[in-house]
Amino acid sequence: MTTALAPLHPKELASTRLPARTDAQALVHVEDLTMAYGENVLQHDLNFDIRSGEVFVIVGGSGCGKSTLLRHLVGLQAPTKGRVLYGQRDLYDSDDATLSALRREFGVSFQAGALWSSMTVGENVMLPLQMFTELDAQARESEARFKLALAGLPDSFDSEPSALSGGMKKRAAIARALALDPALLFLDEPSAGLDPISSAHLDELLAHLCHDLGTTVVMVSHELDSIFSVADRVLFLDAQSKTMTALGPPRELQRSGPKHVRDFLRHGGNNATGSGP
Amino acid sequence: MLALPEALASSPRATLSFDSRGLSQWDAGLASALWQRLSALDPGRVVIDSGGLPPGLAQILALSMPQSAATTADPEQAPRGLALWGLWATASSQRLTATLAFVGSVVLSMGRLARGRSDMRWSDLVWQVEQTGPRSLPIVALVSFLIGLIVAYMGAAQLERFGAQTYIADLVTVGVVREIAALLVGIVLAGRVGAAFAAQIGSMRANEEVDALQTMGVDPVDHLVLPRVLALLIVGPLLTVFAALVGLLVGWAVAVLLYDVTPLEYAYKSLSALTLPNLLIGLLKGTVYAVLVALAGCRQGLAAGRSAQAVGDATTAAVVQSIVWIVVAASALTVIFQRLDW
Repeated sequence: MTTALAPLHPKELASTRLPARTDAQALVHVEDLTMAYGENVLQHDLNFDIRSGEVFVIVGGSGCGKSTLLRHLVGLQAPTKGRVLYGQRDLYDSDDATLSALRREFGVSFQAGALWSSMTVGENVMLPLQMFTELDAQARESEARFKLALAGLPDSFDSEPSALSGGMKKRAAIARALALDPALLFLDEPSAGLDPISSAHLDELLAHLCHDLGTTVVMVSHELDSIFSVADRVLFLDAQSKTMTALGPPRELQRSGPKHVRDFLRHGGNNATGSGP
Repeated sequence: MLALPEALASSPRATLSFDSRGLSQWDAGLASALWQRLSALDPGRVVIDSGGLPPGLAQILALSMPQSAATTADPEQAPRGLALWGLWATASSQRLTATLAFVGSVVLSMGRLARGRSDMRWSDLVWQVEQTGPRSLPIVALVSFLIGLIVAYMGAAQLERFGAQTYIADLVTVGVVREIAALLVGIVLAGRVGAAFAAQIGSMRANEEVDALQTMGVDPVDHLVLPRVLALLIVGPLLTVFAALVGLLVGWAVAVLLYDVTPLEYAYKSLSALTLPNLLIGLLKGTVYAVLVALAGCRQGLAAGRSAQAVGDATTAAVVQSIVWIVVAASALTVIFQRLDW
């Protein structure tokens, strides 16, 4: 019989926060990436690296292709042009076995959660453990309860996904994404729709994962407070020019980035830093 | 009527300004009319100076104009005539290729299962067998009863004209066991199970649940399609046997109760007609139809779009495709077995 673990308090997590890692090893290399739906080009000629152990945030106006870029990074949508390299391996030029093995290094949380509706929340988190680990049933349950508690849902193990609110579904999806302790965590607007306390808790969790456990986090977000709180670097996708127009630490971009990026980051900067750009 | 100066159309470079001093009041209708005309202008050729407009109106236009620039591209010409046929042929070819690729992926998935390297969960297979088998019995029994009744009754009525009503047993046994039971099971499964498969998987796709599986390294074909195909592979022949038994019993009842055929005579004739080829062909057809239903349902589900409407369309397409595939398979198998004299 296992018991639910209490979620870590933000202050407890904050105390474990370490300085950003100094190694700048590129974990993901994106090269000349062009994304399009048919004739409609969303973004073109994207070139950037995602470094090991950083929180990398993709921002930009609505419809600029942030979520689509995330789908390209996790192998769900092949680029019209260009490559996504994990180490030396091209994500879209790998055989099924390699691709499958690579994906098992990922944890992905989708915008609306995408919990498997035919299973309980606990079963959702346990499925990857059942499929890819040798853990027995009791250990799987214990691990799943821990991950749910970490995501702030200690009492939802037996709940049906349909019984959860939108924010709870997101947190359950994050717990599922964390199930296998992935090296790379992809999150699509994880804090959208969360209350401020849950959002702050999530930020602390991400910081803890990244700086303490070395997890690399790639996140799409509109939440500027969250960006300034956790992001090591921000990639700005511009809907007008249809390409990336800025890449760097958020405060640096807020100070000396292009005007439209400074405008984008202005309100969040005021909230996060207490001073204007 | 709001009209722009004609000079704007011919001038290579122009500035459009406004004088609204005579305008005492305005409403959203003016903003809409102005937007419609101004957004059609080429911003590279005509500079719009909105300084002369009332401040509120100028602000509304300023908000709307940048968006209009992105949407003023020339509308594409709708394809007509031969181009339509070309598009249809291209789309059909792509659908056929995708369907063949899907069938190939299911075969590969079966290979992985045989080698013990599949992502399929056996509990899912058991659950699918329960959902598709026992729960289909009532509707299969009802349809088999009614169709068996029609076959026996109509057949006997014709045979009676020649005094040959004792051949009802042959007619019913060969017809039901070899052809009708399998066809009924296929059609019932198409409506009840194929549609459900398409709706389940289509909903999962719309909710990104299929993407969640893929990003975890789980093959959706192994996890979602294989249990369903295997379930119908198991359930198909069993339901065919059940449907045939119901049909034979109805035939027996009609012959004995209405046409004065003795029970023993019917049983003897029926057993004589129940040859091994008839039995095996019936079972084979039932299995083939059931697998076709599973493939059509899963294929349409996985190919569904990401909206409620798309899931509905996928469900409809699954039923239609299942029935078309069943009819085509029935025709082909009948011709093949007749040619082989089986």
